[in-house]
Amino acid sequence: MTTLVVVEHDAGTLGKVSGQILTAARGLADDVHAVAWGPGAADVADQVGAFGGSTVHVFDDPVVTAYATRPQAAVVAAALDASGAETLLYPADPFITDVVATVAVAREAGVITDAVDLASDDAGGPVATKAIFGGDMISRCRVKPGRLACIGVKANAFAGEAAGGGPAEVDVLDVAVDDAARAMEVVEVVEQSSGDRPEMTEASIIAAGGRGLGDAEGFRLIERLADALGGAVGASRAATDAGWYPHQHQIGQTGKTVAPQLYIGSGISGAIQHRAGMQTSQLIAAINTDGDAPIFSIADFGVVGDLHKVIPALIDEIEQRTS
Amino acid sequence: MDRDRSDPVLNANDEWAIEEALQIAERTPDTEIVALCMGPDEAGSTVRKALSYGLDGAIQITDPALSGSDAAATARVLAAALAGQEFDLILMGNQSSDARTMLVPAMLAAHLGLPALTFARHLEIDGDVVTAHRETPAGYQVVRATAPVVVSVVEAINEPRYPTFKGIMAAKKKTIDVRDLAAIDVPATQVGLDGSATAVVDIAPRPPKDAGRIVADDGSGEVGAKAFADWLVEQKIL
Ligand SMILES: Cc1cc2nc3c(=O)[nH]c(=O)nc-3n(C[C@H](O)[C@H](O)[C@H](O)COP(=O)(O)OP(=O)(O)OC[C@H]3O[C@@H](n4cnc5c(N)ncnc54)[C@H](O)[C@@H]3O)c2cc1C
Ligand SMILES: Cc1cc2nc3c(=O)[nH]c(=O)nc-3n(C[C@H](O)[C@H](O)[C@H](O)COP(=O)(O)OP(=O)(O)OC[C@H]3O[C@@H](n4cnc5c(N)ncnc54)[C@H](O)[C@@H]3O)c2cc1C
Repeated sequence: MTTLVVVEHDAGTLGKVSGQILTAARGLADDVHAVAWGPGAADVADQVGAFGGSTVHVFDDPVVTAYATRPQAAVVAAALDASGAETLLYPADPFITDVVATVAVAREAGVITDAVDLASDDAGGPVATKAIFGGDMISRCRVKPGRLACIGVKANAFAGEAAGGGPAEVDVLDVAVDDAARAMEVVEVVEQSSGDRPEMTEASIIAAGGRGLGDAEGFRLIERLADALGGAVGASRAATDAGWYPHQHQIGQTGKTVAPQLYIGSGISGAIQHRAGMQTSQLIAAINTDGDAPIFSIADFGVVGDLHKVIPALIDEIEQRTS
Repeated sequence: MDRDRSDPVLNANDEWAIEEALQIAERTPDTEIVALCMGPDEAGSTVRKALSYGLDGAIQITDPALSGSDAAATARVLAAALAGQEFDLILMGNQSSDARTMLVPAMLAAHLGLPALTFARHLEIDGDVVTAHRETPAGYQVVRATAPVVVSVVEAINEPRYPTFKGIMAAKKKTIDVRDLAAIDVPATQVGLDGSATAVVDIAPRPPKDAGRIVADDGSGEVGAKAFADWLVEQKIL
């Protein structure tokens, strides 16, 4: 059995989630391959090997960053052919989901999104566990035997554990990117600085703020808390609607789903639409003046108090205990 | 799976898609907006809700065989329903509010051989050139393609309006073009539970969590902060 993992990298440095998914892949298959594209792709070979991958299929032609989705889908398809994999694991990230969805249509594959656990099952491919209906229910699903199984794995669902292997073998793919695949041109990539903070969907700690912050300035407090813990900043819809923080930080039903090790919600009531995006966090903590706020019903730890008092004191405590 | 536990409602993210279509129509004369929905009979009320925003027409694909379709089967059906239709733009939500797979827009585009400008938080149309700002975790990516294209939108794109009373009354009179699988030439073997590539093994309620520890602060912030930091140490976060 061979599993192919789509790995993400930043100019050759493997993303944290990729290490987690390679670790998950080892539990499923005896041979783990990876596929990477873009400048520096081949430089991930050492890191893929360290996480137990035997081969990394690469295509570093800039065409894969100059045009969106279809060129990347062609690379994944070529890597599937080269590896003979029956299972494709990928980070459950929107743009990669597009790429995998495109491949899946061509291959009549099944796609399971947002897996938080994987079990191997001899009867026919992996069984994936996912949280559904805003985390109220847990479902196990699978791709039918005989079909390519594509499974999106959520960040932090697995701990990345190195396997101590030597560098993976590099297989340079020969991919023909035809004119049709160049139909969507990437004109510009605009980064809006979130400083040195981790991406919200990858972070293991998220400090989130809501209407209880009072104003946009309140988010400076949330940012300081996030920085003290090495985490990312999240927001409720009330806060993003008010323009206090950018929309891409919104957590919830119409925003992002996150599943960090620790979520801290301050000045957030815990409306059902917000909970739909965060209640699968491993640990939930809340700070709220209202002891009856619904967020306390799902919190592992809570402080009934004024965030403007509690957070600065908490930052001091964290700094004292970590210095 | 029991998806009948609630009344069908218009998917929140599709309201932004409808709003964007309305705004485009306001800027571009002779634009016709048609809603397309695959869903059971009861989804008719959802289609009518969509019509009440002032859309020109609606197509509903409904057939008992469709029940249990996965995202791939859904995209196959939507693509078949669009075969032979003329359009420049397919606008969708980026995700449905129940399953949230985010698969259908790109899968539909793949079936139709069209570019998928997904996760758009800003859209510009100049002649037949469509430019979208696709939301990324760190900002956005500007992409450009020539119509026809598939676009999916995120919440940040606009502020949806409410249907007017006039719109609601007009929607009641509009006929929905209801079609079954035979009408769109899709074999029943390619849809529903049997025709889907994925299968649900089982579903269970999430195991209940132990009640959390809730501490009352004394107003200074110190008591709450100290207890919080102790808990972080206990959880090995610090
Ligand atoms: C279709 C739909 C989709 C939606 N999608 C989302 C979504 O994706 N994400 C989302 O978040 N919401 C979403 N919502 C909105 C959701 O229903 C709530 O309105 C929203 O989550 C409330 O945000 P909040 O908790 O910040 O504000 P509120 O509910 O107003 O809560 C503010 C909280 O702050 C507390 N507070 C006030 N002052 C202080 C203080 N000094 N210190 C500590 N606590 C204080 C209050 O006690 C209160 O509990 C959606 C709604 C709909 C209808
Ligand atoms: C809890 C749950 C989990 C599921 N998990 C999976 C899974 O992992 N893999 C899988 O293949 N299927 C899965 N399904 C099945 C899948 O949800 C259905 O096939 C559904 O019809 C597709 O919608 P989506 O929620 O995936 O759409 P998304 O791709 O999240 O929706 C994006 C947009 O596509 C459009 N759209 C979606 N469905 C329709 C429709 N019927 N008619 C018109 N436009 C539509 C809308 O504009 C929507 O905003 C799951 C279903 C449930 C209830």
